[in-house]
Amino acid sequence: MSRVTRALAGLGSALALAACATTSGADAGAETASASKPVSPEFNKNPYPSTYRPYPGEPTALVGATVFDGTGAQLDNATVLLRDGKVEAVGAGLDTSGYAVIDARGKFVTPGVIDIHSHLGDYPTPSVPAHSDGNEATSPSTPDVWSEHSVWPQDPGFTRALANGGVTSLQTLPGSANLVGGRTVTLKNVPSRTVQGMKFPGAPYGMKMACGENPKRVYGSRNRMPSTRMGNFAVNRQTWLDAQAYAKDDKKKRDLAKETLQGVLEGEILVHNHCYRADEMALVMDMAKEMGYRVTAFHHAVESYKIGDLLRENDVCSAIWADWYGFKMESYDGIPENAALLQQAGACVVIHSDDENGIQRLNQEAAKAQAAGARMGIAIPDGQVVRWFTLNAAKAMGIDSMTGSLEPGKMGDVVLWNGDPLSVYSRPEKVWVDGALLFDADDPKRRPVSDFELGQQGEGDVK
Amino acid sequence: MIRASLLAASAAAIALATPATAQDFAITNATVATGDGSAPIANATVVVRGGRIAAVGAEVRPDPSLPTIDGTGLWVTPGLIAAVTTLGLVDVNGVESSNDTSASRARFNAALDVAPAINPASQHIKVGRANGITRAVISGGASNSIFAGQGAVIDLGDDPSPVTKAKAFQMVTLSESGSRIAGGSRKASHAELRNALREALDFAAGRWSGEDNLLTRADAEALGPVVAGTQQLFVEAHRASDIRTVIALGKEFPRLRLVLVGATEGWLVAQELAASGIPVMAESLQDLPERFEQIAATQSNIGRMRAAGVNVSINADSIRFTDHLKQHAGNLVALGRMSGAAGLSWGEALATISSRPAEAVGMGGKIGVLKPGAAGDVVIWDGDPLEVSSGAVQVFIDGVEQPLDNHRTRLRDRYRDLDESDLPKAFDW
Repeated sequence: MSRVTRALAGLGSALALAACATTSGADAGAETASASKPVSPEFNKNPYPSTYRPYPGEPTALVGATVFDGTGAQLDNATVLLRDGKVEAVGAGLDTSGYAVIDARGKFVTPGVIDIHSHLGDYPTPSVPAHSDGNEATSPSTPDVWSEHSVWPQDPGFTRALANGGVTSLQTLPGSANLVGGRTVTLKNVPSRTVQGMKFPGAPYGMKMACGENPKRVYGSRNRMPSTRMGNFAVNRQTWLDAQAYAKDDKKKRDLAKETLQGVLEGEILVHNHCYRADEMALVMDMAKEMGYRVTAFHHAVESYKIGDLLRENDVCSAIWADWYGFKMESYDGIPENAALLQQAGACVVIHSDDENGIQRLNQEAAKAQAAGARMGIAIPDGQVVRWFTLNAAKAMGIDSMTGSLEPGKMGDVVLWNGDPLSVYSRPEKVWVDGALLFDADDPKRRPVSDFELGQQGEGDVK
Repeated sequence: MIRASLLAASAAAIALATPATAQDFAITNATVATGDGSAPIANATVVVRGGRIAAVGAEVRPDPSLPTIDGTGLWVTPGLIAAVTTLGLVDVNGVESSNDTSASRARFNAALDVAPAINPASQHIKVGRANGITRAVISGGASNSIFAGQGAVIDLGDDPSPVTKAKAFQMVTLSESGSRIAGGSRKASHAELRNALREALDFAAGRWSGEDNLLTRADAEALGPVVAGTQQLFVEAHRASDIRTVIALGKEFPRLRLVLVGATEGWLVAQELAASGIPVMAESLQDLPERFEQIAATQSNIGRMRAAGVNVSINADSIRFTDHLKQHAGNLVALGRMSGAAGLSWGEALATISSRPAEAVGMGGKIGVLKPGAAGDVVIWDGDPLEVSSGAVQVFIDGVEQPLDNHRTRLRDRYRDLDESDLPKAFDW
């Protein structure tokens, strides 16, 4: 049936090309390995600045919930206080006078869910060719393109991610047709007329890279380099050598591609590297040392469990699905125990979606990965599992000082679940972004509807 | 680890050593869900004899001489049914040479038959089996015609004979993509469909010359059982208006035994579908307008159709990985707690991946249900089978206990630790 062929087409374009991987981000800026001297910017490094402003919210107390605070901790029968857009306090016996009190007994609270790997906006729905803006597949290395220039803020997928997935922040990446796909953009999942109105204030840029099958297939099929994995590395290494030379050139003229690469070398831009196979990840980590940059996270890293030790030693996160496998050759060895084995090895785990449907169930994906671990004797506490799709994602995106956990002073990005978020039977009941209530399952009007869906059948439906 | 010990204990208890032979056995003290839509039964017993279900219920007292599995703390369901899917037709989707799902350069369309292409040793079949799926309804994809060819019902057993029912149905698509195949328009799809059905009628009546016909002889012959009503016609359609054309097709050709597949906007046509009696295999959690034929997509699609009285099951082809089938069913239960949404009861949700697809494919009471006389397809789970944390601990097909290992479990075992102090990992097997 046609779904089958579509699924294949999806493999060729969205899925196969989409996959990528990032580096854990927060500390990447602090200790970049670049040998190049810092260059004071002679140009505006932020020409499309965020215009996002938090929406108004009232002081709110969520009382009596089981709280997974994102750091790994679990607090039973706790109260979460939100005020002025921030998390004010979390704990037992807090004074709630002056707050709108929500009885959260029997319910659960987590930080807003964060998806480190999304194509919402650059591969939006409807998935028509006119909307296919994720891969600048005209050259194997395109550090000059910025995914924010492809993001369509009216993608209905943003609204589903908020209402069904509790997603409050996400990273939209370029696809993986290219060795270097371009800059990523980190968004608050708040509807806006412009992409600038969604950009996460203060989030560092990421740069998408891709190993393996996709670049060599896309360019090899055109009889261009790279057509092999060794070709992938050769093109990448020359790209880095050229970037190093550019970074040392005091009289450089502006070069958009090299500005991005220099940003990586200087630790301002985090590398998110799509890479499935363990052996290729090991080579990439050596290439990063050779060229003086850091990989923050490998994305789609289905074979990370084979090199948990190396990933721990190199402090590189693995952004992974719970159990995807077998859809392309380099995914053949994917196993559901990947996350648990990485956790056991002391390496960083982030659960990601790379999918407009999967982003609505990152909590369930994490729960499946936890259960697969339990089945082989690796017990991982619920709080730690919640961390996989909250604080660890924030860390690898370089925004963990601002969101990702319910620590006082952080953004009031919060999900109230109607049950245990690690259960298939639970859904977000209310979602706050910066303290503003943007989804309420019990208020039909407190849910976003994109321009595209106005006047269509199903407008405003629960979806 | 709790799970591992359970598995060890139950496997030891019954010690089914010869996997090729059906054994008589009982499972006692389990939470049993029969798959017929009813609620689970606590402390119940399931008896399997001669490869078939012999008895089910809380009052059943099995012959003490039967080998018995203590199901305390465990759940028992019929083996799950994935319909429609491509299990066994493909090793790696992206590796074209291993992928038998479509046949874009074939000279035939309706005559294509998936049965000889099924590989029972496929890893996807092994993984499906390990996830409690025991039967599947298999179809290839439409590629050079709106007719994808003849599908089959298979079992996922560890034996060389996967086909339960060959040529069980013909698949045709009236989707957007089908319209492109037909010539670029829904008009072309409908003309192609009607012409094919009429040529098949002519062929069956001996009025087919072969010279001024568009079908090949093999395709015309293959559609004979469809127009005679002895083979089901699965029709893929998504948009509400397209679904109405499927209902109308049933009136135009009353002998057709139609099954609707996809039906993303089925909820908008729920009353008409219920009145038509056409079974539906529907998109479950699809809630985005991926295509213009899916503008009204919602996760409440199945719940709303069920409430209207439609026989509806989950279309496994709408799920990226077939082993996620039960997770989708669990989500339909979750929807029941959301205001404005339509979900299913727990029992009905299980039925969408067991008895309902069996009924849709004309095998109601034979597979997908724990009922005396049905195939001995039984799965023992370590918890609520629709919950994401639960897994299958023992799987029986036709009363035969199945191996649950596969490429993935072997990798898991090899990389349980990364110790290579004595030998490389390649020697760890």
